[in-house]
Amino acid sequence: MYRYDVIDKTLVDERVAQFRDQTRRFLAGELSDDDFRHLRLRNGLYIQRHAPMLRVAIPYGLLSSKQLRALASIARRYDRGYGHFTTRQNIQYNWPRIEDVPDILAELATVEMHAIQTSGNCIRNVTSDPLAGAVPDELEDPRPWCEIIRQWSTFHPEFTYLPRKFKIAVTGTPQDRAASQLHDIGVHIARGPDGEPGFEILAGGGLGRTPVIGQVVRDFLPREHLLSYLEAILRVYNRAGRRDNIHKARIKILVKSLGIEEFRRRVEAEWESFREYGARTPVEEIERVRGFFAPHSYRLLEDADPSAGQEAAFRAWYRYNTHPHKMPGYRIVFISLKKPDVAPGDATDAQMELIADLADRYSFGEVRVTHTQNLVLGDVEQDKALELWRILAEAGLATPNIGTLTDMICCPGLDFCSLANAGSIEVAKLINDRFEDYDYLYDLGEIDLKMSGCMNACGHHHVGAIGILGVDKGGEEWYQITIGGAAGSDASLGSVIGPSVAKRDVPETLARLLEVYVRERHPDERFLDTVRRLGVKPFKERVYAAPAAA
Amino acid sequence: MPRRLLRDGAIVVDEWRTTADGAVADDGPLMLALSEFRAERERWLARPGLLGIILSPVDDEQELVPHLARLALVAAEFTTVSEGRGYTQGRLLRERWGFAGELRARGAIHRDHVFLLARCGFNSFELAESEFEGGAAALRTFSAAYQTSNDRGLHSALRHRQLS
Repeated sequence: MYRYDVIDKTLVDERVAQFRDQTRRFLAGELSDDDFRHLRLRNGLYIQRHAPMLRVAIPYGLLSSKQLRALASIARRYDRGYGHFTTRQNIQYNWPRIEDVPDILAELATVEMHAIQTSGNCIRNVTSDPLAGAVPDELEDPRPWCEIIRQWSTFHPEFTYLPRKFKIAVTGTPQDRAASQLHDIGVHIARGPDGEPGFEILAGGGLGRTPVIGQVVRDFLPREHLLSYLEAILRVYNRAGRRDNIHKARIKILVKSLGIEEFRRRVEAEWESFREYGARTPVEEIERVRGFFAPHSYRLLEDADPSAGQEAAFRAWYRYNTHPHKMPGYRIVFISLKKPDVAPGDATDAQMELIADLADRYSFGEVRVTHTQNLVLGDVEQDKALELWRILAEAGLATPNIGTLTDMICCPGLDFCSLANAGSIEVAKLINDRFEDYDYLYDLGEIDLKMSGCMNACGHHHVGAIGILGVDKGGEEWYQITIGGAAGSDASLGSVIGPSVAKRDVPETLARLLEVYVRERHPDERFLDTVRRLGVKPFKERVYAAPAAA
Repeated sequence: MPRRLLRDGAIVVDEWRTTADGAVADDGPLMLALSEFRAERERWLARPGLLGIILSPVDDEQELVPHLARLALVAAEFTTVSEGRGYTQGRLLRERWGFAGELRARGAIHRDHVFLLARCGFNSFELAESEFEGGAAALRTFSAAYQTSNDRGLHSALRHRQLS
C-alpha cells in the first residue's frame, strides 16, 4: 500500500498544527461558532446530537494493521471503545471531546492518517472497489489512481470552497462495487480503441434528496490527462453550480439543468483551453505510485475447497463470507460487521485489534473497508480459512450473512445524528429479530437492504433492492419503503411502494414483500430481478392488503 | 488611522479607494465594481490615475482581458466565508490571462483563507486589523503542496511530484 514520503508527512503534520491553532482560537473565544464551523468541517468534525463526531479518512478503504491498531487505540482512549465504519469507507467516532481532536489528529498522523476533507463542501475521500487488486476480473488496479486523486485533491487551492460536497469513486472492474454511478464523478478504468490505458468519466450521480444516476461525460480519456479533466469538471461546477439553495447545489442538479450535452460541451471547452499548458501526470509519477500497489508475494498454491466435508456452520460462512481471488489457492474473506445485536458497521477496539492481528497472520497485514460497512481480509490462503473462521466466530465477527437481507447498510440515524428524522439502528434490530432463520435468509438469496434515517440518504436507501427511509410524521418515526434499487453496474433507483409504515410494522412489511418474491420468482432469480420483471404492483397489493400491515 | 491591508506578506497602508469612499482625485488609485466600469468604460479608461476592478462572485474575469494592461489591480469580492468562485477567478487571471498586477481578496475573508488564496495568485488581503499578524503567519501554513500553482517557491522543490 502507499507509504508517505517527506512531502506527505510534512503536509499532514502541518495540518495538525493548523487545526490545533484553530481549535485553540475557538476555545479561547477568538473564533465564532460560524467561523470555526467551516474550518472544523474541512477536518471531519461535526457537532452532533450527543457530542462532536469525528470522521477519519480511510483513503479508498485500505488500512494497514498498524493503522487499524491506532484506530482501536483512539476508540479506547478518546471514545467509548468503538468506531463506526461508513458507506464511504471511512470511520466515525461518536464521542470525542473537541479539545482532544488535535491530539487525535496528531496520533493519526503518526500512522499516516488524517481527517482532511472528510466533510465540508470540498472534494471528499476518494473511494474504490474494496476488493481492488485481488479480484480476477480487474482491468487494472484502481488504487494507484485513487492515491493520485487523493494527493491532487488534498488542499486543492481552487476547489476547497465548492457549492457543495464532492465525491469521487474509481473502479477497475465491470462489476461496480463502489457505487460509482452514484458519485459526483465516477472514474472507470477503460481501454482506448488501440488498447491504450485510460478512463471512462461519469458525472452528476448522487443520492440525497434528489437521487440521480451519473451519466457519461467522456467515453475515453487517456490516462495522463485524468487530473486536468477532473479540474475542468470541477471548474465548470465551481463557477456554475448553485450556491443559493443547499438542496440544489450538488453537481447532479447542474448536470440535470444544463442537460448532459451542454454540460459536456462546457467541460470539454474548459479542458481544451488549458490541457496544453496544464501539467499532465508524468509517467514516472504514475509508476512511482503504482509501485506501492505491486502484487503481494503470493505462494504458489492450488485451488481446493477447504469447506468440503467440514461442519455446516463453516460451510455456510465460507459460501457467503468469502469471494474468489485472482490467485489460485487464495480467497477474499469478508468480516461481517452485521451481527444481529450490534449496530451495523460498528466494531469495538478489541475487535479492531484482533482483526489487525489476523491481517498480519493471514493477509499480508492489510485490511479493507467496504462501502457495505464490512471489513475484508483480501488475500487469505484457502487452507487457513478454517482456523481463521474459528477465531472470527469466537469474536462475534463471523456472522454468515454477507450479501443477504441482514447484511444491511444503515446510517447512525436518530440515535446519533443531528440531521436524522428517525432511528435506524433500532429498526435494524427489529429486522434482525424477525429474520433470524438462516435457512430462510439463504433461500432468499442476494438482497441489498439499505436504510437511512433521513432523506440525506447516508444509508443509500434509494439504491437498495429494498430501501427504508425514516420520516418524521407529527413527531413520530415512520418509514417509507422502496424496492428495485441497485448500486452496481446495473444501477437503478427504487420505487416507493406506498404510504410509509410505523416502526413496529417494518418487519411485517418486509415479510410480505419477501412472500411475494418467493411466490413469484423464477428459478435463480434475485429479488431485484423479480421486482424489475413484475414492477411494484404485486408487492404493493400484498403489503397494503387488509388487514393493514399489523 | 489610514486603512491598512496585508500585501505581499507585509502590513501596508491601502492607497486604493472605491466610489463609496467619496470623491477621489483623478490621479489617485480607484477600484470600481465591474458594473460601474461597464457603465462608463471610456471615461474610466481615460482617467490618469491607477485603475482597478472588483469582481463579484458571478462575474466572468474574461471580460477584463482586453483591459488587463490598463488595470493595476483586480479584486475578488467574497460575499461569505464559504464563497469559492473567487479562487477560480484569481487562478485564471494569473494562469490563463497572465495578469501581473495586484490581485486582491476582499469581503468575508479571514486569516484562515489566505494560504489557499495566495496559492491561487492573490497577493493582497483586506483583513481585519486584528488578523494581520495571524494572516501574515498563515501564508506559511504549509511548506509543501501537491498541485502546481501560482505561488512562488512552494512547488519548485516538488518538481518530481507535480500532479496537475
